[in-house]
Amino acid sequence: MTTAISVSGVVKSFGRSRALDGLDLSVDVGEVHGFLGPNGAGKSTTIRVLLGLLRADAGQVSLLGGHPWRDAVALHRRLAYVPGDVNLWPNLTGGEAIDLFGALRGGLDRRRRDELLERFELDPTKKARTYSKGNRQKVAVVAAFASDVELYILDEPTSGLDPLMEAVFQECVREVKRQGRTVLLSSHIFSEVEALCDRVSIIRQGRTVEAGTLAELRHLTRTAISVETARSIDGLVELPGVHDARVDGTHARFDVDSAELDAVLQHLHRFELRALTSTPPSLEELFMRHYGNDAGTGTGDDGSGSGDGDGGRGADSRMAGV
Amino acid sequence: MGGNLTGTVRLTRLALRRDRIQLPLWILGTTVLSSTSYTAVREQFPTEADRVTALRTAVDAPAILMLRNAPTGTSDGDMMAFQILAFLAVLAGFMSTLAVVRHTRQNEETGRSELIGSMVVGRHASLTAAMIVTAGANLVLAALLALALIGNGLPAAGSVAFGLGVGAAGLTFAAIAAVAAQVSQGARAANGIAAAAIGAAYLVRGLGDAFGEVQPDGYTMTSAWPSWLSPIGWTTLVQPFAGNRWAVLVLPAVFFAALLGTAFALADRRDIGMGMLAARPGPARAAAGLLSPLGLAWRLQRGTLFGWAVAIGLFGVTIGSLAGTVEDAFAGNEGAARTIRELGGGGALSDAFFTAMLAMVGAMAAGYVVQAMLRLRSEEAGGRVEPVLATATGRLRWLGGHLVVAAFGAVALLLLAGVSAGLVAGLGNGDLGDRLVDLGAAALVQAAPALIMIGYVVLLFGLAPRLTVALAWLGYAVSLVFGQLGELLNLPQAVRDVSPFSHVPALPSADVTATPLVLLGVVAVALGAAGLILFRRRDLAL
Ligand SMILES: Nc1ncnc2c1ncn2[C@@H]1O[C@H](COP(=O)(O)OP(=O)(O)OP(=O)(O)O)[C@@H](O)[C@H]1O
Ligand SMILES: [Mg+2]
Repeated sequence: MTTAISVSGVVKSFGRSRALDGLDLSVDVGEVHGFLGPNGAGKSTTIRVLLGLLRADAGQVSLLGGHPWRDAVALHRRLAYVPGDVNLWPNLTGGEAIDLFGALRGGLDRRRRDELLERFELDPTKKARTYSKGNRQKVAVVAAFASDVELYILDEPTSGLDPLMEAVFQECVREVKRQGRTVLLSSHIFSEVEALCDRVSIIRQGRTVEAGTLAELRHLTRTAISVETARSIDGLVELPGVHDARVDGTHARFDVDSAELDAVLQHLHRFELRALTSTPPSLEELFMRHYGNDAGTGTGDDGSGSGDGDGGRGADSRMAGV
Repeated sequence: MGGNLTGTVRLTRLALRRDRIQLPLWILGTTVLSSTSYTAVREQFPTEADRVTALRTAVDAPAILMLRNAPTGTSDGDMMAFQILAFLAVLAGFMSTLAVVRHTRQNEETGRSELIGSMVVGRHASLTAAMIVTAGANLVLAALLALALIGNGLPAAGSVAFGLGVGAAGLTFAAIAAVAAQVSQGARAANGIAAAAIGAAYLVRGLGDAFGEVQPDGYTMTSAWPSWLSPIGWTTLVQPFAGNRWAVLVLPAVFFAALLGTAFALADRRDIGMGMLAARPGPARAAAGLLSPLGLAWRLQRGTLFGWAVAIGLFGVTIGSLAGTVEDAFAGNEGAARTIRELGGGGALSDAFFTAMLAMVGAMAAGYVVQAMLRLRSEEAGGRVEPVLATATGRLRWLGGHLVVAAFGAVALLLLAGVSAGLVAGLGNGDLGDRLVDLGAAALVQAAPALIMIGYVVLLFGLAPRLTVALAWLGYAVSLVFGQLGELLNLPQAVRDVSPFSHVPALPSADVTATPLVLLGVVAVALGAAGLILFRRRDLAL
């Protein structure tokens, strides 16, 4: 079995609103798979369908070779889940909650648990009511990584973590990846996805609009550059990967596809660089670029039917181009 | 206004805005209820003779006295106070405690207070604003009640006493809620403490009235000493329309001032969002007993169960110790004895008394069960079920954990009531063995309606998760009114039969009959099974 998660054409409606509208997702065993999409795109809903907490209205879902609804209990022994919003029992300590999740999952590695507590600098004797958002998140993350499972499903696991803890988290993901485990990582933090993921799927309004390796995705990212040189710049506009260039003698501002960055900088060297600032695309900009141009009918949750259609076509054309 | 109170005016305005619909509804509802009761009294008991007959029956029936209060006379005002006064005090109590908790702890929990805390407000401002609003609401309630009654043509002094009595109860409970909001670990717990205080006050007052002394006229009575220990008792002891004993109002005033002072002192030593009792560290590792769905359910529920156990245990001891008193009180009064025997289904006087009292215990156990089972919904809505069901815990095992705890809790509470009553009554009387068996069994049959309530809540939870809380309490209230009060309200038998309480054999007065118990059991299992099937098939409702 090489496919850990396979979702195709899944539809899920809540009353009249369609949260998932023919979503596809394929995650191979052993890969770290990024799961991106704007707020309300349907990431958490997809994950809940995968966990058998919600039942899909239509479409095929297979998880570790089983059916997420029918085989829920057996499958859950083999996976660990970190919810997007970690809610704990106010009267239980963090340590108790971790042990409880571990035991309910079918056991956890004590040594690993204690080691993770140390690395995440989490005090297990505090009552959950006194934990900050970040610390609640750590409880779920420690409980997940202390479990010996095949698949980790993580829904925005680092949304409350500080940069130091974010680094520890990334280490943990790399460790389980080295052991050949599979990770589905939903995230809004592009640097995190970039650092960890082999492949990503980007969804919007319940549909997959982009799926591919990071290199392919990076291809689509652009960095904003502003340079000052000793001699007048020319030939910049014609270079592949350069967009929206404004050249004014020895000054130039432009966006460049990350894949072409090196070639463009070598070109600029010829004019003696004096100063250079580069602004990597923020996640926001990336999303704007992905969704703004050819699916500009709206970025809200509840796009109209025609908006959905545009999004779908845009995605197809981009996928073909990759 | 400087220092601690800075910002109070602004917070008060904010609170008034938030409550602009809720509080007027409470106040108007309570006022309308009193007017309705006045009309009902005039229709139901048009003549002096009707009234005397009704009251003569009432003073002989402790169960009626527990639910109403000690009658003080036969005038329109007296009759209305008899019917509704204690109940209005309860309503004012809930209006006040909910409001105080809403504007203190609940604010903190929703993060509103942290927002407010970053504005310029003193540390007493939020509590002060809550108390101003609540006190104002009670003042308005008192005034409206008085005006409404005067408008109906009742004597002015009595009407004012009536309104003030109800308002005073509201204020007293507001102060209790203010303290509860400081000590407890959250809004939920604070509301729980305050509700328990209201319940206890009602019960203690009920005992005071049930064992009050019948006056020579044979239809009015003076409450016994327990009434003086209860804020609701203080309201009835004012005796509006009869004595108009204004001096009694000093008690709630002093109590209010003392508790309010305590609440402010406590507020000085507390961090926003924390209780007085919170922050102690706990175990770094889970005990083995916690590590299962049942273990978790027990851990989450045990606090509630212990609280109920204390209350029900005390109630058991109280009614046990009153067994002798009942026999004595009615020894010389053959008419009264006959009434109570009829009410309890014949047999010895004290048996009839116990039947009536254990029916109350049954109602309490069913109430506990509803509260315990509603954990299912609060766990789901609070997002705490999701991570549990994402582990290798099946839905039935998770739900089963709470179900087992609720059923066990109900049986344990009933046994506790039966055994504590039997122990105390038996030791006083020298027939310990018999009493224990009789009262233990009499309490245990009350488990049947509790089990039905479990099945009913499971069904609601499987069928309509978002409506579970409201429908569960509605069903409980309807069962209670139809079953426990059906006779008093003269409801048709068919309506009374809807309630599971109507089918419980009246032990120890009557004999055990297996058929209704078996049928109740079957219904409980059927409801529960349907609910489980539905829950397994539905989406989590987050
Ligand atoms: N239980 C529910 N009832 C009704 N609508 C829901 C429910 N759960 C999700 N939705 C809707 O489905 C859509 C997808 O929500 P979902 O939580 O899956 O988004 P998401 O991609 O996880 O967003 P975020 O990045 O904000 O976490 C949203 O429009 C949301 O409002
Ligand atoms: Mg989400």
